[in-house]
Amino acid sequence: MIGPLALDVAHLFAGGLVLVSVMLLYQDRMTGLINTFALHALVVSMSVAWQAFIQNAPHLYITAAIALVIKAVVIPVALRRMVVRLGIHRTIEPVVSIGLTMLAAIGLIALSIMVMLPITAQAGTLAREDLSFALSVILLGLLMMISRRNAVSQVIGFMSIENGLILAATGAKGMPLVVEISVAFSILVALIVIGIFLFRIRERFETVDIHLLHEHRGEQP
Amino acid sequence: MDLIIALAVQGTQMALVLALAPLLLGFTRKVKARLLRRRGPPMLQPYRDLLRLIRKEVVLADNASWLFRSGPYMVFSATWVAAALVPTFATGLHFSWAADLIAITALIGSARFFLALLGMDVGTSFGGIGASREMMFATLAEPAMIMIAFTVALVAGSTQLSAIAQFMLTSGSLRVSLGLALAALVIVALAENARIPVDNPATHLELTMVHEAMILEYSGRHLALIELASFVKLLLYISVIGCVFAPWGIAAAGDGFTATLTGLAAYVGKLALAGFLLAAFETAIAKMRVFRVSDFLGAALMLGVLAALLRFVSRLT
Repeated sequence: MIGPLALDVAHLFAGGLVLVSVMLLYQDRMTGLINTFALHALVVSMSVAWQAFIQNAPHLYITAAIALVIKAVVIPVALRRMVVRLGIHRTIEPVVSIGLTMLAAIGLIALSIMVMLPITAQAGTLAREDLSFALSVILLGLLMMISRRNAVSQVIGFMSIENGLILAATGAKGMPLVVEISVAFSILVALIVIGIFLFRIRERFETVDIHLLHEHRGEQP
Repeated sequence: MDLIIALAVQGTQMALVLALAPLLLGFTRKVKARLLRRRGPPMLQPYRDLLRLIRKEVVLADNASWLFRSGPYMVFSATWVAAALVPTFATGLHFSWAADLIAITALIGSARFFLALLGMDVGTSFGGIGASREMMFATLAEPAMIMIAFTVALVAGSTQLSAIAQFMLTSGSLRVSLGLALAALVIVALAENARIPVDNPATHLELTMVHEAMILEYSGRHLALIELASFVKLLLYISVIGCVFAPWGIAAAGDGFTATLTGLAAYVGKLALAGFLLAAFETAIAKMRVFRVSDFLGAALMLGVLAALLRFVSRLT
């Protein structure tokens, strides 16, 4: 029912999403990071729209539209404003080391493919590909969250995990629309909460480098 | 008789790459100058430069060894053989069984090895800096090239360029692995040919040059050979990209004379397009710091590995 070309295009978008996830890890400037995140959301919405087209599932178009409006436009704009107000839009973030992070990223992608392909042997081709790519996007988002010191980058890692979840859900033939809408809004609420939290951290410690929080937990820095 | 014709076609190809390489560079320089609203040197200028260099006397340093004198011939011959093997306008050439992607990578690698040795031979500090930088880039560019070769071989089922070109012509599907491999190959090609984000071919500023630093001690016909080898190398990379990722119009084995002519026209068209894109790209971006290059090439390596990994997921049946 699904032609090889349709499958190839779906594969292209899903693989592109993994690639943009790796690009997120490669960025070391705030504005570049936020722009790449907007691209991430754009790719996920195109991928979902293509799935809606080849699966004849019109409700997925709404999912794609939500992803496009909220995550590719609203959240990046909000984050950029937040970063400008915090005065960190020009800072270059000290990443662990781009080379090491890239190696870890390659390892995680290989791991997720190796794990996902055998355990989804009965599922359809599309679902298998999407699940393995989605798992790698999620793992890369987690890697982003643990390898960055700046709270804003961690927020972006969190959001990219959510994009990976959407990819997994659409590949597995259907996420109910209610779930998708509620997830999208909870992400928005999370953004607001995190935003307020960021400003509180900054007021208190005059930086958003979360390493300073460790001292207040009684740990040695 | 067939053998003679086959050898003649192969000889045409060898002569063609040698003849077109300076023109390609002249064209790129011209386009770049026009994009910067300058007049630029005439397109035939690289030929004139080469002729002038060949006529000039060779000045040798006192402590130059035999390697210094024989090295340019090795660099040039390895590069020329590699370029002559790549199917440019027709796939069924007589020596196409030897046109293996890995063999071509190895030929380029040995040319680079000799060039780095030559840079260090006289013992000036610039040559040493250039050679060590070239080797630093090579440690990342060569694995990336090998990963690209693996990816293409996994997709097409062969490392032979003729077979790959035939496969790409007939299969006609979109593959994310090939897109990633193309991006990686473009990055490797920019780095290997010392083009702008990695090295500036037009500068003699000491701290930034890589390729120029290695050949600083050369003059006369030796310099002409090394320059010609670098022109041929640019043409070689563009031919490989064209043969693997855009093989349209290339003549198949046993095609007639008209098909070969069409292939030739398509090849020249592809070269012109690539030269134009290269010039446009170079005017749009700035050169990066030497220590950023490892990140840039690391991205190419990463893309190559990713392409090979994603190949295992695509089109499972």
